[in-house]
Amino acid sequence: MTTRAAAPAFMPVAPLRRAVARFLANPTTGIGIILCVLIALSAILAPWLSPHDPIEQDVIAQLSPPSARHPLGTDYFGRDVLSRILWGGRISLIVSLSAIAAAIVIGGAIGMISGYVGGRFDTFVMQVMDVLLSFPSLILGLVVVALLGPDLVNLVVAIGLTAIAPFARIARAPVLALKQRAFVEAGRALGYSHARILFVHILPNILSEVLVMGSLWMATAVRTEASLSFIGLGVKPPTPTWGGMMRDGFENILDAPWLAIFPGIAILLLVLGLNMVGDGLRDATDPKLRAE
Amino acid sequence: MIGFVVRRLVAAVPTLIAVLTLVFVIVRIVPGDPALVILGDQATPEAIAALRARLGLDRPLHEQYLDFLLASLTGDFGTSLVTGRPILSEVAGVLPHTLDLTAAAMLIGVVIGVPVGIWAALHRNRAIDVAARILSLLGLSFPVFVSGIFLLLLFALHWRLFPVIGNANLSDPADRLHKLVLPAITLGLVMAAYITRVTRSAMLQVLSEDFIRTARAKGVPWRAVVWKHGLRNALIPVVTVVGLYVGILIGNSVLTEIVFNRPGLGKIIVGALNQRDYSMLQGLMVIYCFLIVVVNLITDLTYGLIDPRVKHA
Amino acid sequence: MTPLLEVDGLVKHFTVTKGFPRPVTTTVRAVDGVSFSVRRGEAYGLVGESGCGKSTVARAVLRLIEPDAGTVRFDGADVRAARGEALARLRQRMQIIFQDPYSSLNPRQTIGQALTEPMRVHRLASGRAARDRAAALLDEVGMPPSALDRYPHEFSGGQRQRIGIARALTVEPELLIADEPVSALDVSVQAQVLLLLRDLQKRRNLAFVFVSHDLGVVRWFCDRVAVMYLGRIVEEGEVSAVFTEPLHPYARMLRDASPVPDPVGRGALPRIVGEIPSAANPPSGCHFHPRCPHVQDACRAAYPSWRRRGERGAACVLV
Repeated sequence: MTTRAAAPAFMPVAPLRRAVARFLANPTTGIGIILCVLIALSAILAPWLSPHDPIEQDVIAQLSPPSARHPLGTDYFGRDVLSRILWGGRISLIVSLSAIAAAIVIGGAIGMISGYVGGRFDTFVMQVMDVLLSFPSLILGLVVVALLGPDLVNLVVAIGLTAIAPFARIARAPVLALKQRAFVEAGRALGYSHARILFVHILPNILSEVLVMGSLWMATAVRTEASLSFIGLGVKPPTPTWGGMMRDGFENILDAPWLAIFPGIAILLLVLGLNMVGDGLRDATDPKLRAE
Repeated sequence: MIGFVVRRLVAAVPTLIAVLTLVFVIVRIVPGDPALVILGDQATPEAIAALRARLGLDRPLHEQYLDFLLASLTGDFGTSLVTGRPILSEVAGVLPHTLDLTAAAMLIGVVIGVPVGIWAALHRNRAIDVAARILSLLGLSFPVFVSGIFLLLLFALHWRLFPVIGNANLSDPADRLHKLVLPAITLGLVMAAYITRVTRSAMLQVLSEDFIRTARAKGVPWRAVVWKHGLRNALIPVVTVVGLYVGILIGNSVLTEIVFNRPGLGKIIVGALNQRDYSMLQGLMVIYCFLIVVVNLITDLTYGLIDPRVKHA
Repeated sequence: MTPLLEVDGLVKHFTVTKGFPRPVTTTVRAVDGVSFSVRRGEAYGLVGESGCGKSTVARAVLRLIEPDAGTVRFDGADVRAARGEALARLRQRMQIIFQDPYSSLNPRQTIGQALTEPMRVHRLASGRAARDRAAALLDEVGMPPSALDRYPHEFSGGQRQRIGIARALTVEPELLIADEPVSALDVSVQAQVLLLLRDLQKRRNLAFVFVSHDLGVVRWFCDRVAVMYLGRIVEEGEVSAVFTEPLHPYARMLRDASPVPDPVGRGALPRIVGEIPSAANPPSGCHFHPRCPHVQDACRAAYPSWRRRGERGAACVLV
C-alpha cells in the first residue's frame, strides 16, 4: 500500500495571494494600517505640519489649554504640544524601527545558525537566550540604558537587546524542522556549502514567521521606548518624546491635565495600530488557522 | 512525581548561576569607576582607593566573581551604598506592597481573562467574541503608565474616589485595599487582556481537535465536553502565559509604582539607578533573579500537576 | 572490470544517552557491517522492512550521514577519505532521489532556480546556457519547459518527483541512489516514474542503488538485489533467483507476504511470525532466529557466516 506524503506545513508561495487577501479583508487590520500610515506620515511630515517649533519656549503662554493658536495646548515652558507630538513621533518610530531591525538581523542570525548547527552549541546558545528572556524587557532595557547613558543610540541598543532573544527563538524553531526536509539533504548531496543552504534555502523559508514577529514586536518596542522616556531614561530633553511629555504632564497633572492626555492618546494609537497590523499578519499566515 | 520535582530543582541551578553571571557582567560593564562616581570629582585619590578597597573593587575579577556567587547563593545580597543598610531588609520593607500589587493584578487578570476568553471561544465570531477581541487588543495596547495616568485623572482627580499617593499603611487592611484599587486595576486590565487572548486561542485550538469531536459524536453533553475535556487541555498554555507574564507584571509594576506613588521593588530599582547605588542594583537584580527562577519552577511544577505527560518526560 | 561502487563492512551506530540521575546509553546498530558492489549501468536493489537500515546505507554511501567504519569506493576512489575538491567531484558522480516529493524541493525556489543552482555551484554552466540545459533536462524527464518559472506547489507529487530526478541529473551522475522513489506516489503514477527511471538508466547507462520495501517494484526494476534485516544483508543475488527461490528464511517470508496478482499463482498467505525486534537490542546469534521456522541450536549461538551458492549468497546455516 502506498501512503500519501503529508501536505506541507510551510506556506507555499501562491497562497501568498490568498494570505494577502485574507489580511486585507480583516477589518481591524485595515484600521491598523490606516493608523500606522497616518502616524508615520505625520511624523515624516512633522517639519511641515507643525504650527510651531517644538522646542521654542514661550513663557508667557505656559500651561495654556487648547486654543486656536495652540490646538493641543502648551506645556510648562510654553512649547506647543501639537508640534511636540508630531516631532516626538519621529523618535518613537526611529528608535523602534532601528531596534527591531537590529534585533531581527542579529537575533534571527543567531537563531538560524544555532538551530542549523544543533547539538551542544545549540543547547548552549539557547540557554543563554533563555537567560536573556527571563528578564522582562522593561527591566533589562532600563538597566542597560541607565548604565550606558540615555541617548538615541543607547536606547536603540537597549531595546534591541531585549528583542534579540525572542527573535532568536522564533527563527530557530522552524529551522529545526526545515533541517529534516529532503531539499536540505538534497542540497548537501549536490555539494552545496552550509552557508548556501542557510541563506538560499533556509532563510527564505523562515522569513515570513520572523517578519510577522517583527511587526508584533514593533508595538512592544514603541511601548518600551515610551516607558523608558517616562521614567526619565529616554532621549534627553529638549528633544520631544511622547513618554517624556507624559512625564511632564504627570508632574503638572493638577494644573494641566491635557499635557498627559494627548501624548497618551498618541502612544495608544500607534501601539494599537501596530498591534492590529501584527495580529492581522499573524492570523493571515498562521497555517493552523488557514483551514477555517 | 518526587523525581520530577527533584529533576526540575537540579536543572534550575545552572540557570540560576548563569543569570547571576549575567548580573555580574552587566553591573561591571558600567563605564567609569563607581567609587569615583559615588564620591564625586572633588574626592582625593586616597579616599577613592579606600572606597574601592571597601567595595572589593581592587581585587582580581575572578575573585570578585566567586565572592559574589558565594554571597548570593548563601543569601547575602550586600548592603546599600547609599543607606548602608542590608539590601535584604530594604527589599523586605517594600516587598509586601509589590506582592499585594502583583497578586491583585494577577487575580483580576485571571478572574476576568479566563471566563471571557472561554466565553469568546465558545461563541466564536459572534458579538461577544468580537467585543472581547477588540477590548483585549485595546487593553494590551495601553502602556501601563498611560492607562494608569488616565485612571488617575478620572478616578482620583476628577471624581476623587481614590487617593493620589499610594503609600499604604501596612497594618491597616482597609487602607491597604483602598490604595491598591487603582494600580491593581491598571495592571490587572493588561493581564486580563493577555489572558483573554491566550485562553481564547487555546480553547479554540483544543475544541477543534479530534478527540473533542469524538466525545460529541459519542453523545457527551456539550457542557461536559467543554469542562472535562476542553478546559483541562486549554489550561496548559494559559499556565505558561501566566508564568511568562509574571515577568511582565514585575516590569510594569515599576511604571505603576511611579504613577501611583507606591513604594515597591520597582521604585527601589529606579532609585538605585538614579543614585548610582551599584551595590543596591546588583543585590536587587540578584533577588529578582531568584524570584524569576522560583516562579519558573512553580510554573513547571504546575504543568506537572495538570499535564500527566510532563511528569514522565 | 572495476565495479562502480564498492561498499565493504559499512557500519553506522546511533547512540542516545538519556535519563537522570544515571544516564543510560542505548546504541542502535542501524547498519552493522554491510558489503556489496554495484557495476556500471546495473540496477541494484536493497530491500527490507522499515528499520532494517537500508535508508541509512543509502545516506552513508553518499556521506550524508558519516559512516562509523567500513570503506566506500567509487570507481576506485576512497569516498570516506575525500575532502574539499575531491569530495565535490565525487559528489557530482553520485546523486540521490528522495522518497517524499513534497519536501524534496525548496518551496521558495522556482524550478528553474532549483535546476540551475547546482550547475552554478559546480561551475558547469551559467546564465542562458544553464537555463537551456535545465529545459533539456526537464524534457528528458517528461516535463514542459514552462515549468522553469513555476513553483513546486503548482505540481503534483509525480511531477515533483520527476523534477527531483531532473535535479539529480544536472550534475551528470553515473550512479543514482533512489530511496523509496515511488513509495509516496499513487500506483498509476508509480508506473510512469519507474518507466522514466528505466528509460534514463538505458539512455545514460546509469547505475542504481534502489532502496525499497516494495518487492514488486524491485523485482521489476532491478538486476540484482540484497535483502536486509536489522542492519545486515541476509541474502544477495540475481533478482529472479532470489524471488523465485529464496535461500534465507526471512527472504522467503518477505516474498511470500507480498501478494501476487495472479489468482492461480497465488498460494496461501503464510503466517508471519512475530515482529521486527528493536535494532538497539538484537537477538543473539542469528538476528532472525526467534521468528525462523527452521531454527536450530547453531542459530542461537553465533551469527551464521556468509555462504555462497554460485553468484548468490546468504547468511544462513541452511545454505
